[in-house]
Amino acid sequence: MSIEQNTSPTENQAVSAASVEIPSYTQKQTVGQLLRGDLGFLPVLLTLIVVAVYFTATTGGLFLSPTNLSNLLQEIITIGIDGLGVTLVLLLGEIDLSVAAVGTFGAVVMGVLINYHGFPAWEAILLGILAGAVAGAINGFFIAVLRIPSFIVTLAASIFYAGLLLNLLNGQATLIIQDPVVLGIAGSSTSFLPDYLGVGLPTLILVLYAVGLIVDQIARQRAGLRAKSLLQLIVQIGIVVVIVEGTVAVLENTPSATPGIYLGVPNAAAILFGLILIFWLVLTKTTFGRHIYAVGGNMEAARRAGINVVFIRVAVFTLCSALASVGGILAASYANSVATQINPSLLLQSIAAAVIGGTSLFGGTGSVWNIVLGALIIGSLENGLDLKSQASDVKQIVEGVVLVLAVTIDALVRRAQRRSGR
Amino acid sequence: MADSTTPYVGGEPSSAPEPPSKGEPLLRLQHINKSFGAVRALTNVDFEVYANEVVGLVGDNGAGKSTLIKAIAGVAPADDGEIFVEGQPVNITSPQIATRLGIETVYQDLALCDNLDVVSNLYLGREERTPILSLSEIEMERRGLGVLHTLEVKLPSVRAKVAQLSGGQRQSIAVAKTILRNAKVVLLDEPTAALGVAQTRQVLNLIRRLREQGLAVVVISHNLADVFEVADRVIVLRLGKRVGTFEIKSTTAERIVAAITGAEFGEILQTTTTDGNGNGTSGGNEL
Repeated sequence: MSIEQNTSPTENQAVSAASVEIPSYTQKQTVGQLLRGDLGFLPVLLTLIVVAVYFTATTGGLFLSPTNLSNLLQEIITIGIDGLGVTLVLLLGEIDLSVAAVGTFGAVVMGVLINYHGFPAWEAILLGILAGAVAGAINGFFIAVLRIPSFIVTLAASIFYAGLLLNLLNGQATLIIQDPVVLGIAGSSTSFLPDYLGVGLPTLILVLYAVGLIVDQIARQRAGLRAKSLLQLIVQIGIVVVIVEGTVAVLENTPSATPGIYLGVPNAAAILFGLILIFWLVLTKTTFGRHIYAVGGNMEAARRAGINVVFIRVAVFTLCSALASVGGILAASYANSVATQINPSLLLQSIAAAVIGGTSLFGGTGSVWNIVLGALIIGSLENGLDLKSQASDVKQIVEGVVLVLAVTIDALVRRAQRRSGR
Repeated sequence: MADSTTPYVGGEPSSAPEPPSKGEPLLRLQHINKSFGAVRALTNVDFEVYANEVVGLVGDNGAGKSTLIKAIAGVAPADDGEIFVEGQPVNITSPQIATRLGIETVYQDLALCDNLDVVSNLYLGREERTPILSLSEIEMERRGLGVLHTLEVKLPSVRAKVAQLSGGQRQSIAVAKTILRNAKVVLLDEPTAALGVAQTRQVLNLIRRLREQGLAVVVISHNLADVFEVADRVIVLRLGKRVGTFEIKSTTAERIVAAITGAEFGEILQTTTTDGNGNGTSGGNEL
């Protein structure tokens, strides 16, 4: 083909970029369209601010105190990690109703291996995560290979693992975890990163992020491609730096029960943000991630493009359940025990966190960072209502209403987009 | 159908079809047969398309156009018959084999992922990667721009989501995808159906660009006006048989309509002359 040869040097590229991309073809977007597109996170952010202001005002400032913010962050870990798995599944346009059950199952596998079979903690943790992954692979097999609707498969799986973990615990209602390694992750007064890591790691990642953006910017300019303006670049880096370092500053200044000692960044939070970071990189920078979006957007097109759709789907369900196990193990560590009673609201909370964050129930759109906003809203409601000493009746009513609102907005936005032909 | 003269104008020098380069066709099919149970969908059909040539494949519903395209694309291989690519006998039993041979098909549904941007769609399934296995976005964008430039495609941005593009632009992306796969033969199934006037023009222009690139292009269309505007040759199928081949320069819509419907050419010509020119041609447009 002559096409590749006749577009070699840099100058030609600049010409061709300008000759193909006609910015004036871009339709003027109304505020509504912007809110449905690039600024889709704004309503969620506003909701979070409203919730925070309301609870701060009605609890006499207690809600925004560093101690409470640190607690809030530790309370949303499991919702966030399960929500991350759910996001992956939602990107395919599927659903996983088994995250809470599989997560508890993974934690029980870990606990039983440590308490009754004398496994070292790290091996037991890995086997617990592996048990979750196997559960997910089985779900994926039924859904992707046998083409059974994910709704039914994962609902059945949820019931199955609830029964299996009762069986594993042999009638015991609660399995107390005393292993210092497991408790050290999230369930003790020392489950915080040392200061040099708590400040150093986020800062290192920020530096890498900024360098990456700048290198990309320069490479795009060299290749004659349209690049961001310098201002956009600075603002983008600036916002991220302020958010990350601000959070770290608050956490590092959280007083502990012992006067004079500050808590710092919880290990579990580092794990949550580490996982989100990894999956963000996988989804946006790798072929595998690109293919997940493609399968969720148009499965037939993905199949015809030679993508192994069955593999992608099985892999995503496997990852989701493995993440659920991680979430379950962190929850067990935080609570110092595993209960046979599966947290009844965890499943809906993690789906709600993903959907409120803007991940579509219909597949193909959403970002893993949305999880943080979604989980913060869910967690703030729970935490704030706790501060106001509301019982679980009010909490469940409020959370139910918020979930239905989020899903309704998602559906309405979809319909409006279809009507405007986008 | 006000512009009843379009079919006649289209064949004239403006789009100046060069005589197809003689010699070996890029793609040649011989004695193709295909049955679905008792129904003979294709009977002893020959087909050929040369490089630098646009062939219009026309026929009424059920004439066998789609069956023939599916046989070439490997989606539903023929029962028997021979296929030659650049003179070499080949056996196309799957879409992957067709792709490897440089035969690409753009179906009506276009097979684009609306939630991905233009570059992602262009490279879907064959992404370029950097040494550390991450996506090589800059390289893909640069080469994608090159192909779009060659095809004279205009877009708001190559990072726009495909869902935001017009029908003509989407068709262009689907065609550009085949070029990036190094297609030699491009089959287009109803490329102008469901497009407005301006977008149709855009797509017809795109088809001419493909011919300029030395490709062999096959256009299936119900719209004779469009076929007359871009095709060099028209092959007519009727009831699973090839019933006619027309050089656009030396034929009229009436002759092709007659071949499509199976009417005697004289009859059509008579109705045309008695009803006036416009009527006969508009019949051709609707087909």
